[in-house]
Amino acid sequence: MEDFQILIGGAAGQGSKSAGRLIARVLNRYGYKIYVYEDYPSLIRGGHNFSLIRVSKDNKRSIKRQVDFLLALNKDTLERHRDKLSGRGCIIYNADEVDEAEGIGAPIETIATEVGKKIMQNTALCAYFCKAVGISEGVMKEVVETLPAPDKNLKVAEKAYQKAEKENDLEDIGDPVPLVTGNEALSLGALEAGLENYFAYPMTPSTSILHFLAGLETECDVQVMQPENEVGVINTALGAAYAGRRSMVGTSGGGFALMAEGVSLAGISETPIVIIESQRAGPASGVPTYNAQSDLNFALNAGHGDFLRFVFTPGDAEEAFYLTNLAMNLSWKYQVPAIVLIDKDISESTFSFDQSVLEKGEYWEESRGECGKHYDRYEDNEFGISPLCYPGKEATVRNNSYEHNEYGTTTEDPDEVVKMQDKRMKKKPLMEEEIERLEMVKVFGEGKKALVTWGSSKMAAKEAGKKAGWKVIQIMSFAPFPEKRFKNALEGVEELVVVEENRLGQAAEIIKRYTEVDRKVLKYDGRPFYEEEILNELN
Amino acid sequence: MSDINMETENTWCPGCGNFAIEAVTKKGIKKIGRNKTAITAGIGCHAKIIDYVNVNSFYGLHGRPVSLAVGIKLANPELSVLAFSGDGDSLNEGISHLIHAAKRNSDITVVIHQNRNFALTVKQFTASSPKGFVSNSSPEGNVEEPLNTLEVANSAGATFISRSFSGDIEHLQETMEKAVEHKGFSLIEVLQSCPAWYDTNSYYRENSYKMEKVPKNPDKKIREWNYDGEGKIPLGVFKKQEKPTYEEKMARKGKKVSVEEVLKSKI
Repeated sequence: MEDFQILIGGAAGQGSKSAGRLIARVLNRYGYKIYVYEDYPSLIRGGHNFSLIRVSKDNKRSIKRQVDFLLALNKDTLERHRDKLSGRGCIIYNADEVDEAEGIGAPIETIATEVGKKIMQNTALCAYFCKAVGISEGVMKEVVETLPAPDKNLKVAEKAYQKAEKENDLEDIGDPVPLVTGNEALSLGALEAGLENYFAYPMTPSTSILHFLAGLETECDVQVMQPENEVGVINTALGAAYAGRRSMVGTSGGGFALMAEGVSLAGISETPIVIIESQRAGPASGVPTYNAQSDLNFALNAGHGDFLRFVFTPGDAEEAFYLTNLAMNLSWKYQVPAIVLIDKDISESTFSFDQSVLEKGEYWEESRGECGKHYDRYEDNEFGISPLCYPGKEATVRNNSYEHNEYGTTTEDPDEVVKMQDKRMKKKPLMEEEIERLEMVKVFGEGKKALVTWGSSKMAAKEAGKKAGWKVIQIMSFAPFPEKRFKNALEGVEELVVVEENRLGQAAEIIKRYTEVDRKVLKYDGRPFYEEEILNELN
Repeated sequence: MSDINMETENTWCPGCGNFAIEAVTKKGIKKIGRNKTAITAGIGCHAKIIDYVNVNSFYGLHGRPVSLAVGIKLANPELSVLAFSGDGDSLNEGISHLIHAAKRNSDITVVIHQNRNFALTVKQFTASSPKGFVSNSSPEGNVEEPLNTLEVANSAGATFISRSFSGDIEHLQETMEKAVEHKGFSLIEVLQSCPAWYDTNSYYRENSYKMEKVPKNPDKKIREWNYDGEGKIPLGVFKKQEKPTYEEKMARKGKKVSVEEVLKSKI
């Protein structure tokens, strides 16, 4: 089997997500590439959670409507997804809850209760799958051993494996690679750029950055703080950045709305800061655990007044690593806020991580002043970038939210007001050149017909484009907009379709400034594009 | 400019309590050392102190000087960090930051310029204005009751709580020094007259008294004056407690682990 998809589901609290992880890790050991999409409602007990695991030789990162293996921890899962079966795989269901059905009935509750604990029924279901798909008992046990309560889990896995039947053979095709989520990848990118302080208030789908970095606190040289609210988050982070720490904040649209005053403060006070905005379906509380790409306009415009910013839009885990690393380096280079606009289906999805991207992880030393007796925090020079000093040395460092003179003292003098705004705007052409130098527009395939996409939509668009013979153009920076590279990518294109997950077509409206847009393919039900959905629109 | 003084024009009203706060701040910073101090301020009359004192500073947004100060102290615990704020600034707009900084015992000093109205926006009532206070936003008199600043700090767990009066510069100097010396979160409320909108000079002079020592029962002392005309006004230190600071508890181990190693654990 070169490319198959597994759906594992149950009620919240039944452990379908950890079972999905277990299966992903086992298949990773056989060298298969993994992409896991998590689908769950905003609740703690009950409801219906499922993970879709795309398993392929060539690292396909989108989900398909059809499912090859359906693993049902409860009856509800079976009923909801039975009609999606491809016929290439099989169903394995909880026989303790479902009397009789098509597929393999596995008494997972009985097994778990007999030799372990009832909660371990998810391990039992995984073991049934492992045997059925042709995974060796040894490889399965290697992974089960790493679970919490390994002894009991091993007993449950062994017993279930014994009882199950082998249905397939699975070829070992290569070495395992790290399995990371988008949020983990971006955290690592930030660490490579010297991240020292992370500030966040919990908000789905950014919360796992907080968990991941807090978990690294004892290992890594990073401090993680959870302030009282998002207003506190960004202002505290700006205080830390002023005092010399590479600081980052993370949130979703609602929290970012609260941070907007801080974005503006970073703008005028020229305090570097990286902001992770992981989108979910809005407006307001919206559909909190589901995806949308509807904060693009907001990220580009949040904060009152005129100031510059970077806005990057990664489309998978490797790009999340690279663009967050870059965002931090560029924010400190130009002393402007840098926003990484990611979305739920990257943040919380799990990827087989291509480690070659680590070569792009860099640490750029910021431009530092001499920091002697006299220091103008806002020195006006050729490039508008004043060398940085931090308090604690001989230099007096004066940051200001008001318009100010070069020394940082408040001013309302009309000439001074003009001078300092012009000073900050000197960075604009430099930032634009910098962005054009980097590969901020990716092109997959070729042809007269092209899909333009961004963020997580790129994953399904790329697969659909490949199948339909369309060129796929992915935009990774919206501020500054890589105009030259985008226009190069458009050469020879006669038909252009924009693919994104929002109701208005926010990126399409921006793209219209540079070219004609023939059609928009929009999805806004909170769920990711299926490959077939885009494909149907192209044929 | 290596001197503590700035050449900026001072725009506070004659008789404003802010002058006394500026004077004692400069004196204090000279003792600590200019390069070992960082100050923050929000927005309001209080905040103009930033432009009058030549020291490391971050002139922030309305209500946020405490947040900035917490961030600065966390980033560089060697610095002495003071947040200057007003009653409108930190008891209205930014009260959550004040409460949580006290709760986590962040080792900063918060100076509340207590003039009991929004002065820079030309007289509206704040959380500290007495009931019946006639202002541009309460022409018939404030219908709300005032908040007791010290009670807020106390219930949040502040480890140092004090009050002084800008009309008594010696007491102010002494109390401010104690607040800055305190290891942990310290609050000093400075009662001050607002000559433009709310002249309370003689009221404070006639109704305040200095406590000889830190009271055994701070709760009771804190409630002695109700900010609304009832009770005598105690000045001095109400509470002083030793507790580990937030920064001590958050100190990093400093051990670096490579990204490659973290990734290895993800296989």
